[in-house]
Amino acid sequence: MTFRSFIKDKFVPQALEDQVNRIRKPIGTLGYDPWGYNSDSIKIGFSVARYIYDKYFRVEADGVEKVPSEGPVLLVANHSGQLPLDGLLIGFALASRQENPRIPRAMIERFFPTVPYVGNILNQLGAVLGDPVNCAKMLANNEAVIVFPEGIRGSGKLYRDRYQLKRFGNGFMHLAMEHGATIVPVGVVGCEETIPAIANIRPLAQALGVPYVPVALPMVLPAKVHLKFGDPMFFDNADIPEEKVTQRVDRVKAEISKLIDLGLCERKRLF
Amino acid sequence: MSNERKPHILVTGAAGALAQQVINRLRDDYFLVAVDFREQVYLGDDIPSYCIDFNKRVFEDLFRRYDFDGVIHLGRIMSSQETRMRRYNANVLGTQKMLDLSHKYGIERVVILSTYHVYGANAYNPALIDEEAPLKGAGLSMDLIDSVELENLANIYLWRYPDLNITVLRPCNIVGPGVRNSISTLLASRRAPVLAGFSPIMQFIHIDDMADAIVLAYKNNQRGVFNVVPEDWVAYQHALLLCGCTRVPIPSIPPILPRTIARLLNLKSFPPYLMHFFKYPVVIDGRAFRDTFGFKPRRPLKEVFRYYRENKQPV
Repeated sequence: MTFRSFIKDKFVPQALEDQVNRIRKPIGTLGYDPWGYNSDSIKIGFSVARYIYDKYFRVEADGVEKVPSEGPVLLVANHSGQLPLDGLLIGFALASRQENPRIPRAMIERFFPTVPYVGNILNQLGAVLGDPVNCAKMLANNEAVIVFPEGIRGSGKLYRDRYQLKRFGNGFMHLAMEHGATIVPVGVVGCEETIPAIANIRPLAQALGVPYVPVALPMVLPAKVHLKFGDPMFFDNADIPEEKVTQRVDRVKAEISKLIDLGLCERKRLF
Repeated sequence: MSNERKPHILVTGAAGALAQQVINRLRDDYFLVAVDFREQVYLGDDIPSYCIDFNKRVFEDLFRRYDFDGVIHLGRIMSSQETRMRRYNANVLGTQKMLDLSHKYGIERVVILSTYHVYGANAYNPALIDEEAPLKGAGLSMDLIDSVELENLANIYLWRYPDLNITVLRPCNIVGPGVRNSISTLLASRRAPVLAGFSPIMQFIHIDDMADAIVLAYKNNQRGVFNVVPEDWVAYQHALLLCGCTRVPIPSIPPILPRTIARLLNLKSFPPYLMHFFKYPVVIDGRAFRDTFGFKPRRPLKEVFRYYRENKQPV
């Protein structure tokens, strides 16, 4: 018995295991998929994420039922909060929904696979190196993929820039068009307050080879998080110039902006 | 019927376990000639066996004498054997000699065994790498150059001489009884080194399945380059556990540390130039081969690992 299956047997309740088992995923005979996803690890991750989701951030997810139950889906959201907590919360919201749960895959920074332990653990929990080939292959496998088109620009932004959407890349739109994927815009409100940063020590980040080194409290604050899932959007695979693709991206961006505003209006307090 | 001429095939690397499996599958229907540069192996009275360097002139005599219809080229010196120069001479120049002779003597079918190492293990590798991906193996280490060069050479001949009908197979880790490569040695050992904090996803193919794939590739004449891999995956450290190995973690950062340790310990199965393959995954996509040739591997990973668990050699 591996250490992982021991932990799983000890700490993962049967009900939760059944919930994960309900989700069909193409995996090999030993519980792995080509990207490193592991069926035992995801159960352990799921039980830990449940506490983070319910108790720490007290997440309220509206409209998660709008995510299609099958077929390729891109969950496109605003990125914030220095750490990829928003991806974790969106993933858990979709995996824990009562009707047709799905385990979405999050695209992570290229920096993570080089970090011992961290890269492997993230892979086992379903996170995948943010590479267009990976995204395309997963959409071809009918997976749901969480994408943050802002990338580092979004997660590394300072507290004074909170809820301002940075420039969106066009890559996700090309992939959605090529693979006939449904785009579900998601507005994340609350993650900006989890690790408010006042500055970025750029020379240190360069020296360490990491994307940014924020000046912030060395802890994650228990802000209340609201996830707003928008209506699914479809785009055909027409042969259009890049300018038109950017216009399509802007439509998704505007939708996310609307969802963020909605969340901010509905929010009663920060914590 | 008995006077009908059986097709003649030259099989290289005949001393290897894989070549012998291939020979056993083909010996009834084909007239085989076995060649190995290392030793002369006895494969029965019906199969002529030679120990010849491809770069020697006597190699051409075989083509003159036997009038081959096809070549199955499995004789590649692995990176853990011989010096770099000798490997280059045998793998690259020797293969070129063989392809030139194949063209000269009108051979119509060539199957070449390559390796997934040509893709190179890189932190930014996506999963399910397909045959169109660039071969980055040479960028990692000088020790993989001959593997990449052999592939490039095969590709040049594939397009320059379409009548040779070259099929290049890029298998994942070949394991099972008789296999003597690095990964097989690791799985068979009682204690196996691992890099602390890294357990890349790996793919393994049983030697019997690989022999089936080679025979299938030879018989179904489809030119091109194909990954050969079963649709199953496992993390390296998990594979070691299933093989009953005790894992010995080696510090993984900074990168010079594991390389130095491997060099000092002089572990044949854990050479410094393969260090990246124990750190980052190289997961290849075998769909093209499966769809083109109807390939279906029959030995599951659990069966492969059970063999290693039950056949431990003393360290």
